[in-house]
Amino acid sequence: MRSAKHISLLSASLLIARKDLAIEFRTRTAFFSAVVFALLGIVIFYFAWDPTAVAAIDLAPGVIWVIFTFAGLLGLHRSFGVEMADRAIDGLLGAPVPREAIYLGKALANLVFVSAVEAITIPAVALFYNMPFGGQGFAIAVIALLASIGLVAVGTLFSAMAVNTRLAELLLPMLSLPFFVPVVMPAAQATARLLAGRPVAEVAGWVRILVAFDIAFVVACMLAFPFTLEE
Amino acid sequence: MTEADRALHQVVEAHGLVRSFGGRRAVDGVSFALAGGECLAVFGPNGAGKTTLLRMLAGLLKPTAGAARIAGVELPGGPDVRSVVGLISHASMLYGALTARENVELAAKLYGVSRPRDAALRSLERMRVADRAETPVRSLSRGLQQRVSVARAMVHEPEVVLLDEPFTGLDAAGAAALSGALVELRSNGAALILVTHNIEEGLSLATRAAIMNGGRFVRVEEREGLDAAAYAASYRELVS
Repeated sequence: MRSAKHISLLSASLLIARKDLAIEFRTRTAFFSAVVFALLGIVIFYFAWDPTAVAAIDLAPGVIWVIFTFAGLLGLHRSFGVEMADRAIDGLLGAPVPREAIYLGKALANLVFVSAVEAITIPAVALFYNMPFGGQGFAIAVIALLASIGLVAVGTLFSAMAVNTRLAELLLPMLSLPFFVPVVMPAAQATARLLAGRPVAEVAGWVRILVAFDIAFVVACMLAFPFTLEE
Repeated sequence: MTEADRALHQVVEAHGLVRSFGGRRAVDGVSFALAGGECLAVFGPNGAGKTTLLRMLAGLLKPTAGAARIAGVELPGGPDVRSVVGLISHASMLYGALTARENVELAAKLYGVSRPRDAALRSLERMRVADRAETPVRSLSRGLQQRVSVARAMVHEPEVVLLDEPFTGLDAAGAAALSGALVELRSNGAALILVTHNIEEGLSLATRAAIMNGGRFVRVEEREGLDAAAYAASYRELVS
């Protein structure tokens, strides 16, 4: 056999992520859908909210995480959808790169996607609910990033599993949402405390839980991913 | 090529290859060997198992039973095997939002080809589609997409080329470019497996011909000495 020069797992992952982001940048379908969905969600929550009954500080963390979870699902569904249109996935599977690189590349692109949606949504929540995010902005951004890692780790795996089924749009949230709970719960708890002006040290426990789930989900999903592609 | 020569230089070998979907055997005990520089044309009706056979050889499907080797490595193998295989299938395997050059360059990078941009442009040039290199694939006609798809599959100069109806959608110029590229690959020592319904087209490139029906090779013979018209007649008789 000719001596083959293989690219590393990381290089292959970055190539795949860059390709996915280039496609999304040109079509912008999923991103605009997710942002519009998120902003509409914020508006609906805002008009359903009675400020005399519930304080903004109690409502905002829930609004943020409900919206992130569902807006993220829109991007996750698209993740493997682009591969199925002309069986481009066969081109990736036939390439001399580890299957894990496909997963990592997809997850990286999804992380950028979800983070971009969050970058628009968090200021919008601050605006609608008149929340003083300024002092805790960085800490909230870190929580959002950690939670996003967990969400895309699980969502990318289930997106690959669901894409070949006839009920992919339904199956992806059904499979993903139960696994989102251990990520969304500590993220919402930490966000609530930070918005209430509690010191960062008080959320350290929730952050540790988030990091633990992130590591567990990324490792488990990366190991499971090659089996989802077998026919 | 004699059987002894073939055994000495074989690049592809399959032994009793079986693939079942549920209770149905799509490929049912296919065995053959192919040396570098040979082209096996596989003819057969729809549902004969030709595409399933190619997908197994490309490492995209695991055999239910039997074994296959490419360049001495048992399939499905890993990156080493996949780096020497090129697959052209029914579907273009291209991303519509990316340009022709970006699609081929992405493949070149994934295959670790040095100077991937130059290699992509060369491959597009070989398929006579370089003038549309910066056009998004979704804006190209079906025939031009097929040429880009072939350029993508050949950008890494594969040692084994698996072709599933590669001439579909190609005009005369595209078909000539593809035939030229395949002849060049074969003369450089690549082994080709060409699945087609078009007997004349298949025999023009083949060194051996096989007829597949019901998941089995029902007839395999050397191309030399075969008359295309007589072969087509016997093919129709065999699969009817």
